[in-house]
Amino acid sequence: MAKTITQEFTKGLWAEIPPFRLVLGLCPVLGVTTTMENGIGMGLATTFVLLCSNILVSALRNIIPPKVRIACFIIIIATFVIVVELVMQAYTYPLFLRLGLFIPLIVVNCIVLGRAEAFASKNGLLPSMADGLGIGIGFTLSLAALGAIREIFGTGTFFGASVFGASYQPFTFMIQAPGAFVCLGLMLCIMNLFEK
Amino acid sequence: MSELGYFSLIISTIFVNNILLAKFLGNCPFLGTSKKMETAVGMAMAVVFVLVMAGAITWVVYHLFLVRFDLVYLRTIAFILVIASLVQFVELFLKKSIPALYAGLGIFLPLITTNCAVLGACVINIDEELSFMKSLVASFGFAVGFGLALILFAGVRERILLARVPKPLQDTSIGLITAGILSLTFFAFKGMV
Repeated sequence: MAKTITQEFTKGLWAEIPPFRLVLGLCPVLGVTTTMENGIGMGLATTFVLLCSNILVSALRNIIPPKVRIACFIIIIATFVIVVELVMQAYTYPLFLRLGLFIPLIVVNCIVLGRAEAFASKNGLLPSMADGLGIGIGFTLSLAALGAIREIFGTGTFFGASVFGASYQPFTFMIQAPGAFVCLGLMLCIMNLFEK
Repeated sequence: MSELGYFSLIISTIFVNNILLAKFLGNCPFLGTSKKMETAVGMAMAVVFVLVMAGAITWVVYHLFLVRFDLVYLRTIAFILVIASLVQFVELFLKKSIPALYAGLGIFLPLITTNCAVLGACVINIDEELSFMKSLVASFGFAVGFGLALILFAGVRERILLARVPKPLQDTSIGLITAGILSLTFFAFKGMV
C-alpha cells in the first residue's frame, strides 16, 4: 500500500469513479440530473461533505471506539450536510429549491459513508483528503456528464443555451424518470465497452 | 398531497409517486437486493416494517420537539439518529421476542439505516405538511410501493439471468435499463390522482 497522494486523488476520476464503478449513491445521480447545472451543484455539495467528513473521520480515527463507529460517522456526516444545507439556502436559493429533498439525503448517500468506512477510518489525514477530493470530483464529473446528455436531448439546451435551434422537438423521455435509468444504463454499457 | 383523502393518498404513494421509480429514492438496495426473489421479499418486508414506525416517530419528534424549541434546522441529524436507533431497537426486540421474523429479515434490517427511501419518505411527509394519521398512511403507501417495485423488478431480473445479454450490457447496465422500462409502466399512472 505505497500509493502516493496523487494516485489516491486520481483513482476517483477513472478507476473508481463512483456511480459507475462502485454503483453506489445512485439516488441523487438519477434524481437531480435533469440539467447539467443541477448535476454540478449536487456534485459540489457532495464533494464538500465527502472532503470534510473524510478529514474529520481520519483525524478522529484513533479516538472513535470501533463498536459505535458507524453511528459516529453518520453524526459527522449529518453535521456537514446541515452546513451545506444552510449555506445553499442562504447563497444559492433557486438551486436549493431545485435540489430540494436530495440535499438532506446526502447523509444516506452510500458513497460518503462508504469512503469514511473503507478509507478515512484506516488512513492518515493527507491521503484521506486526496481520496475525498478525488472521489468527490469524479462524482461531480459523472453527474455533470449525465446531466449534460439528458439536458441536450431532453430539452435541446446546454447550460440554458439552445443547441439544435428552434425546430428541435425535445425528446422529453430523457428528462423524465424512465429516461434517467435508461440513460445511466447505456452510459455504463459504453464504459464497459471502453474497458476492453 | 395534504388535501388528498386517505384512499387517494394510498393510491398516490404506491403508484403515482412510487418512491423508487418516480422519486428515485432507495436505489442502492433496489439494485443490490433484487438479484434473487428471496432477498427482495426480505428487504421489502423490512422496509414496510421500519418505514411505518419511522414515519410515526419522526412526525412526533419534528412537531413536538424541533418545532417547539425552534430547532428545525437540526431536522436531518435528528431524523437520521431516530432512524438509526429505531433500527437497532427493532432488531433487538425482534431477536428477543419474534425470532422467526428476525431470521426472515436477517441482514436487511441494519441495511435500512442507509436506505434513503426511509429518510426520504419521512422528509416528504414533513415537507407536505401531512397530519399525523396521513403521514402514517403515506409512509405505509410509500413502503408498499417500494416493496411492489422491488419484487416486480426481482422477478424480471431472475428471468434475465436465463437470457443471453451482450457482454458490455451485463449485470448493472441491463438492470438499470430494465428499471427504466419498469418505471415507464408506472408512468402510466401519472395523472390518476
